[in-house]
Amino acid sequence: MNIVVCVKYVPDATADRQFESDNTVDRVGVDGLLSELDEYAVEQALQLKEKAGDDTEVTALCIGPEKAVDAVRKALQMGADKGVIVTDDAIAGSDYAATSLVLAKAIEKIGSPDVVMCGMASTDASGGVVPAMVAERLGLPQVTLASVVETQGDQVRIKRDGDTATEVIGGTMPLLMSVTDQSGEARYPSFKGIMAAKKKPLETWSLGDLGVDAGQVGLDAAWTTVEDTTARPPRTAGEIVKDEDGSGATALVEFLASKKFI
Amino acid sequence: MSEVLVLIDHVDGAVKKPTYELLTIAKRLGEPSAVFIGAGDKAAEVAEKVKKYGAEKVYVIDDAQLKGYLVAPKAEALQQLAEKTSPAAILIPSSAEGKEIGARLSIKLESGLITDAVDVQEGGVATQSVFAGNYTLTGKVTKGTPIITVKPNSAAPEESEGAGSVEEFSVSVSDGAKTAQIVAAQPRQATGRPELTEAAIVVSGGRGTGGNFEPVEAFADALGAAVGASRAAVDSGWKPHSFQVGQTGKTVSPQLYVANGISGAIQHRAGMQTSKTIVAVNKDEEAPMFELVDFGVVGDLHAVLPAATEEITKRKG
Ligand SMILES: Cc1cc2nc3c(=O)[nH]c(=O)nc-3n(C[C@H](O)[C@H](O)[C@H](O)COP(=O)(O)OP(=O)(O)OC[C@H]3O[C@@H](n4cnc5c(N)ncnc54)[C@H](O)[C@@H]3O)c2cc1C
Ligand SMILES: Nc1ncnc2c1ncn2[C@@H]1O[C@H](COP(=O)(O)O)[C@@H](O)[C@H]1O
Repeated sequence: MNIVVCVKYVPDATADRQFESDNTVDRVGVDGLLSELDEYAVEQALQLKEKAGDDTEVTALCIGPEKAVDAVRKALQMGADKGVIVTDDAIAGSDYAATSLVLAKAIEKIGSPDVVMCGMASTDASGGVVPAMVAERLGLPQVTLASVVETQGDQVRIKRDGDTATEVIGGTMPLLMSVTDQSGEARYPSFKGIMAAKKKPLETWSLGDLGVDAGQVGLDAAWTTVEDTTARPPRTAGEIVKDEDGSGATALVEFLASKKFI
Repeated sequence: MSEVLVLIDHVDGAVKKPTYELLTIAKRLGEPSAVFIGAGDKAAEVAEKVKKYGAEKVYVIDDAQLKGYLVAPKAEALQQLAEKTSPAAILIPSSAEGKEIGARLSIKLESGLITDAVDVQEGGVATQSVFAGNYTLTGKVTKGTPIITVKPNSAAPEESEGAGSVEEFSVSVSDGAKTAQIVAAQPRQATGRPELTEAAIVVSGGRGTGGNFEPVEAFADALGAAVGASRAAVDSGWKPHSFQVGQTGKTVSPQLYVANGISGAIQHRAGMQTSKTIVAVNKDEEAPMFELVDFGVVGDLHAVLPAATEEITKRKG
């Protein structure tokens, strides 16, 4: 079996994330890492491999700046077999459409996967749309937002919390899957894993390697434009009271009444 | 004026409030046409509802051959409708399903997609809130037909009578789109409370409840609020995941958000930071949640909430 897991390199959510003057995300000034939500995708990919046996190959794929290779390395340390990073100056500022194009082309080059595994959303853009776009481009069915993944041969069943119902979705490989943070804790890289990762194949591809024209990606080719980014004004300090013998409840109700919530 | 397609948000023909918000927004961009993908026999009923919010046309796509599949067939249906009507924009509810429909549609129509808009103004300028609500961003679609998914509570629904003329639209769905199938579905149990993402008031509980949500729920009911939970409360099994507010749960933007026994981690804030008024009850005065609040009580929620509930009930007489 062949599994490609898409991992994104994102600015640390606990750091002070910013925009550049061209309204693209500052991916240099802030420390980056493998998107936490994609660790769950790597975990599920590895579990599929463990179930299917050793001839299964898990390839971690990332589109991003050069330092995004850290995200791929982390996936290799966790247990992925191969890594691919697509990096090219022309890619900077790409929107969903371009990102999904490059991912789809890279997946095609890696070779026909049985499962393309994604996280539920990136922790920076958090659109949660790239998986569906990649599926559309590759002509694959999608089973997304899985909280439980079950497979039997090429049959896949996932459980998920849909918008209005808890659902069981069935599909047949090849397909694209995305998993949520409910799917099970991601493993930490072991010392052995970290050592082994150093010897694993890691390839760097440019747009040229994928036959993608630079004019199809990047800020200028985006199908959407960001006109303005504004930091949210800090919230003005609120009133904070200490509860003493029930005074807190009274003050709370007074506040709610003054705002006409009661 | 060009049409603006609005995908109706409904459960078995029961139209949900975000639909009216979308129709209200659609009027800023052109002539609203509501799109009903559902059971044909519910169409008349649905049309009656949406015309009150300005729908000039109601396209009915009978879902007999779409039902039971995921988003791909719906995206194909919208693609065919868009090709026929050349709309000025397509507005879709920003639910998980809505975003994925938008994603596939975007590639099919080679048109730009904006997700999670909290406002859309004339000319299709959309506002988004990003980085856990720390940034506000405005943007536009520059290629093809703007496809915008819009979050609940992004506009106050405005009534205005539309013609509401019903047109059946038949679609042809490829076999490829039918390869992922819903095998079983268990509709969420009705709580009798407003829906989390649509509610005007949300009262949430976290680890600080110690698993006893009674005081949180009673307080919520006194205010007519929806009940939410932090991931810690969900992970502890105190509430189902559908209650979770935050990065990997629901994003809410109510008039009032009350966080009880919730510390205020960035991932929780991501789901509630854009609430208009924020209140917290927490026994730790250092809790980061207090940085966000308009009003905070440092105290034990098990004492403060029941007393407050009683006081509210008394006031309401
Ligand atoms: C990838 C990822 C995604 C995540 N997504 C989400 C998400 O969607 N939503 C989410 O909520 N979290 C999410 N988290 C988890 C988040 O980081 C926090 O761990 C979580 O929000 C903590 O929940 P809590 O505030 O209820 O618990 P705690 O942080 O333990 O806080 C409990 C609070 O209750 C107070 N307290 C205790 N007893 C009382 C009492 N009797 N009365 C009043 N106050 C009391 C304490 O002072 C404390 O401040 C995510 C984490 C990760 C890594
Ligand atoms: N630049 C990228 N490189 C690799 N995978 C990505 C990239 N962007 C998005 N993805 C995948 O798509 C998922 C959803 O991303 P998004 O739609 O941006 O929220 C992520 O969890 C990843 O699995």
